[in-house]
Amino acid sequence: MADTVVGATPDPHASGDDPSRRDFIHIAAGAAAVGAAAALVWPLVDQMNPASDTLALASIEFDLGKVEPGQQVVVKWRGKPLFVRNRMPEQIAAAVKDDHADLRDPATDESRHKPGKPEWLVLIGTCTHLGCVPTVGGGDYGGWFCPCHGSHYDLSGRIRKGPAPKNLVVPDYAFLSDTKIKVG
Amino acid sequence: MSGHSTYEPKTGIERWLDTRLPIVRFAYDTALSFPTPKNLNYWWTFGGILALMLGIQLVTGIVLAMHYVPHVDYAFASVERIMRDVNYGWLIRYMHANGASMFFLAVYIHMIRNLYYGSYKAPREVLWILGCLIYLAMMATAFIGYVLPWGQMSFHGAVVITNLFGALPIIGTPITTWLWGGFAVDNPTLNRFFSLHYLLPFVIAGLVVLHIWALHVPGNNNPTGVNVKSENDTVPFHPYYTVKDGFAIAVFLLLYASFVFYNPNVLGHADNYIPANPLVTPAHIVPEWYFLPFYAILRAVPDKLGGVLLMFGAIATLFVLPWLDTSKVRSMRYRPTARLYFFIFVLAALVLGYCGGQLPDDPVIAQPSGLLLLDADINSFVWLSRIATLYFFAYFWIILPVLGLTEKPLPVPESISEPVLSHPATTPAGAVASPEKRG
Repeated sequence: MADTVVGATPDPHASGDDPSRRDFIHIAAGAAAVGAAAALVWPLVDQMNPASDTLALASIEFDLGKVEPGQQVVVKWRGKPLFVRNRMPEQIAAAVKDDHADLRDPATDESRHKPGKPEWLVLIGTCTHLGCVPTVGGGDYGGWFCPCHGSHYDLSGRIRKGPAPKNLVVPDYAFLSDTKIKVG
Repeated sequence: MSGHSTYEPKTGIERWLDTRLPIVRFAYDTALSFPTPKNLNYWWTFGGILALMLGIQLVTGIVLAMHYVPHVDYAFASVERIMRDVNYGWLIRYMHANGASMFFLAVYIHMIRNLYYGSYKAPREVLWILGCLIYLAMMATAFIGYVLPWGQMSFHGAVVITNLFGALPIIGTPITTWLWGGFAVDNPTLNRFFSLHYLLPFVIAGLVVLHIWALHVPGNNNPTGVNVKSENDTVPFHPYYTVKDGFAIAVFLLLYASFVFYNPNVLGHADNYIPANPLVTPAHIVPEWYFLPFYAILRAVPDKLGGVLLMFGAIATLFVLPWLDTSKVRSMRYRPTARLYFFIFVLAALVLGYCGGQLPDDPVIAQPSGLLLLDADINSFVWLSRIATLYFFAYFWIILPVLGLTEKPLPVPESISEPVLSHPATTPAGAVASPEKRG
């Protein structure tokens, strides 16, 4: 008698009401809730990134004719200052001479202007340390000097001294004509 | 000390409410009958002062938000309109701006008291960590609030601080772009800063509730650092500490009012009355005074990422303090050696604050020495900052852990009520404040 009972019809309560199915429902429901929450988090995070109209304002054109030799003009681009500097021949020569100096962020002067246009230096005018606007002509190297924390840039916009880690950034730009550039 | 409630509803309405929402009982137990060590000195009044300052900042801030316009073209002008045209706008804005400074002054005293009397030690670690979170939220709120008037210091302060995150490798640039909502600090940045500046004080208020909850589980520490042993060691919060806190608040308000009415701009920077100009950076960027020690730590390091990490490390260190201090004795009254190092620590923090307001390469005394070490003259504020920064970290990471194991503390009293009355010689000079001897 005992043999026929054991194993014949498993007691639904003793064996735990099919635990694997219940576990599956718990895990599936939990995973769905986590997935849904994660899918909702992303829009809430991404809304902080630049909006379409902000991105649309991202390029400008600039007439170089306004900049006399030796002068720098500052224009606003993407909310930041953009340095457009018309370098004198001796300034270019000084920058090229330093190509093999001890540079923190090595770059030749040639790599920092467009081919055949060594006089035009176009740079994003924010210090690569903490984003202040360096003043033109200052510092130990005649390029720029950042008043906030004392970074010195040379005539090619390369970092030479102070806390900044990188050279002043050269933005994407192109010559539309001999006297006109498009930035961005 | 969250013992049995002694509240007895007196009227029918109170009895009716007590069985439905025992809110009067809760208020009575936490704010009136709460048993508090009877020897708390005036350093313990800053909690109440801070609660008041939070209230003032919330009320004045909500009022200012009714007149302020969070747009780059109008923000500066709307603040000037508050100052000139809005009825009592000048008073409310000066209360808010100087209130932030008073809030930080009180929080620094509150923290220093905590360090001296070892209030962060077991079983009050969570209480201390909640306090650190409040401090962190206060710093975020204050920084964001300083940006809102959209003056030169507002703008370039925002640029410098958000660029700190740019120091992180790889994720640095995406994070700064995300924070700005553009390619530079601009209108989207100002807009979200306004939103967050309105939000964060309520986060602080929530943290304060948790902070007080965590305080009411073990109860107050006290100047002896000895646990409360019996009811003889305590007095009810009301009237003893409501009156004591009230007096301290009145004195503190005198100081606050002297700034608001007689020198409302002395703690600010003149450049912030120039509208923000992204194309020109002020010659000397300084944060508000309460951030200067951290600013000095940032500038003490010649490496960008290193400086940022060390600055945040200074704040992170506070969070682990309960596990760094190995001494079983809470109060420095009974730790003469530790007390000495503690006072040097306070000095180092003040020196850092002073250095943060100076130009890094200026000489500290007389002329530059001409001796360059690590790219800076040894007689410069950079080097003074470096020495003070070194001590700041050494105090937490070396001195406190080692001292707890090596020093010989003075005998600690058995209880608050029976301090060493029979052994007056063992009572250090600093302990004369013990009120139980004065009746």
